[in-house]
Amino acid sequence: MTRKFTLPLASLGLAMALSACGSGAADVRQTGPNPVLPDQQRTLIPPMKIARPTGWNGQTPTVPAGFTITPFATDFKVPRQMLLLPNGDLLVAEGKGGHAPKLRPKDVIAGYIKSIGTTSVKGGNRITLLRDADGDGRPELRSVLIDGLDAPYGLALVGGDLYVAEQGSLKRFPYQPGVTRITVPGQELTKLPSRINHHWTKSLTASADGSKLYVGIGSNSNVGERGMEVEEDRAVVWEIDRATGARRTIATGIRNPTALAVEPRTGQLWSVVNERDELGARLVPDYLTQVRDGAFYGWPYSYYGRNTDPRVHPQRPDMVARAVAPDYALGSHVAALGLSFATNGGFGGPFSEGAFIGEHGSWNRQDLAGYKVRWVPFANGRPAGQPRDLVTGFIADGKARGRPVGVTFDAPRRALFVADDLSNTVWRVTPRAQPRVAAARAGTPAG
Amino acid sequence: MAVTHPAGFARIHPLHALLLAFPIALFAVALLADITYLNTAEMQWSNFASWGITGALVFGGPALAWAVINAVVTGRHDRGFARWGYPLMLALAWAVGLVNAFQHSRDAWASVGAAGLIMSLMSTVFALAAGWIAYSPRRSGVVA
Repeated sequence: MTRKFTLPLASLGLAMALSACGSGAADVRQTGPNPVLPDQQRTLIPPMKIARPTGWNGQTPTVPAGFTITPFATDFKVPRQMLLLPNGDLLVAEGKGGHAPKLRPKDVIAGYIKSIGTTSVKGGNRITLLRDADGDGRPELRSVLIDGLDAPYGLALVGGDLYVAEQGSLKRFPYQPGVTRITVPGQELTKLPSRINHHWTKSLTASADGSKLYVGIGSNSNVGERGMEVEEDRAVVWEIDRATGARRTIATGIRNPTALAVEPRTGQLWSVVNERDELGARLVPDYLTQVRDGAFYGWPYSYYGRNTDPRVHPQRPDMVARAVAPDYALGSHVAALGLSFATNGGFGGPFSEGAFIGEHGSWNRQDLAGYKVRWVPFANGRPAGQPRDLVTGFIADGKARGRPVGVTFDAPRRALFVADDLSNTVWRVTPRAQPRVAAARAGTPAG
Repeated sequence: MAVTHPAGFARIHPLHALLLAFPIALFAVALLADITYLNTAEMQWSNFASWGITGALVFGGPALAWAVINAVVTGRHDRGFARWGYPLMLALAWAVGLVNAFQHSRDAWASVGAAGLIMSLMSTVFALAAGWIAYSPRRSGVVA
């Protein structure tokens, strides 16, 4: 405590200046394997900018030359993650979870401020099925596949088993190809930690051989401000045996692993992870990383390897010493929520091998970050090079028209689906030169 | 509203006195909660302090406004420090409390620290001083 006695006057001064800082004049590069990590800036009020929602008014997001984007379906109830089934049907999980009590005045105020930037639609708590059998980008059939769920998020299919990660339970539903409605109740494979559920989303994917399921479980706080007792089994990735439901924690200190996916070349598990707030506009970068068995990724004691977070008390130098740095930074506060790997050559050209990343967008910096879908190129199963924008235009005149969440690559049709939980739309990106489905079936290479 | 009082004269209206009671009690509660938090690192104590400071600001705001109006409008009954001492003390307690509310909105161990503790101490002392002046009866005059 004594070493902090320089703080009071500085804090009083900061109070007057409030939080003018948000973006540096010369920006630092915070994408790629070695992001620049500036000094911590702990202001009395964190830099905040909420993009107020506005409509698309018939317009669409922006894609690079050679691509086209169309609304695949609209009027969802908070679409989050998606799953492409073997027959081409697309599943969309709709819902909103969390029941964190408001423990202090800040929770009331911050909750209100953040709610300004989100949809007013109530979460659907369901999974919608969309069938576009002729591949023209307009589904002929739309059906509620499963209803009455509790904030479904992660989805995975292994054989005839459809797995749904609700905010407090991993459930299995029987799936037969072509079904449009499942009414039998799901079987609980295992409960998932759901007390408080500050970060409620439970991401899900299956291992390459289908024997294991992986569930990402976010922390119950920004940096332990609800006490560390409620962080038991939080900020972890579980490996669940599909046959028995037995679980094992494979990664810890991984603050909020919002999407999991298996890299197709190596079969390794990867995740996008949201890092902590209120250390400044340029801290801490969210990241994309291979989820290594046994790895501790630092939360809450340190970030990006061994950069100690002074807000945690008592500090744990022993844990900090164990912390590993993630593989690839995506930028501070971009809020990556979507991850999908390109398979079977992706879109071709520069979009052949790599990952699509859905970035929901920031609140904790003055210059908005995220609000786009980016492409991270891979080579030999590892990130190789800087990310590039693929779908942009979600922000117009400082207002948010949409906020990307889940992304799903449809290899047979060479399309990318993007869930947008602000305009409650699923967008579909395709190469412009893509031939119609008849030609595609004949094997004509596209674009 | 004026009330005459037979034996000595209260300086402030009863409702004004009730409003003032909150910042006096709650800033002191926040100070104790801060000390306990720094000793235990148990988050709930920091949360208590945070609510205490917020309550002090909510009730202290109208009390401060009332105090300023009193000083301006009816202050002719008091002279010098007696006239402005009370609103000044309460204003200081409130202003430091506002900064401290933001300090306490930071996460985990950053919510208190030496800065939060010192600000809680300052608010408590200023609020007690404000109460001491405001609750001291004067020999004659009007309650407002």
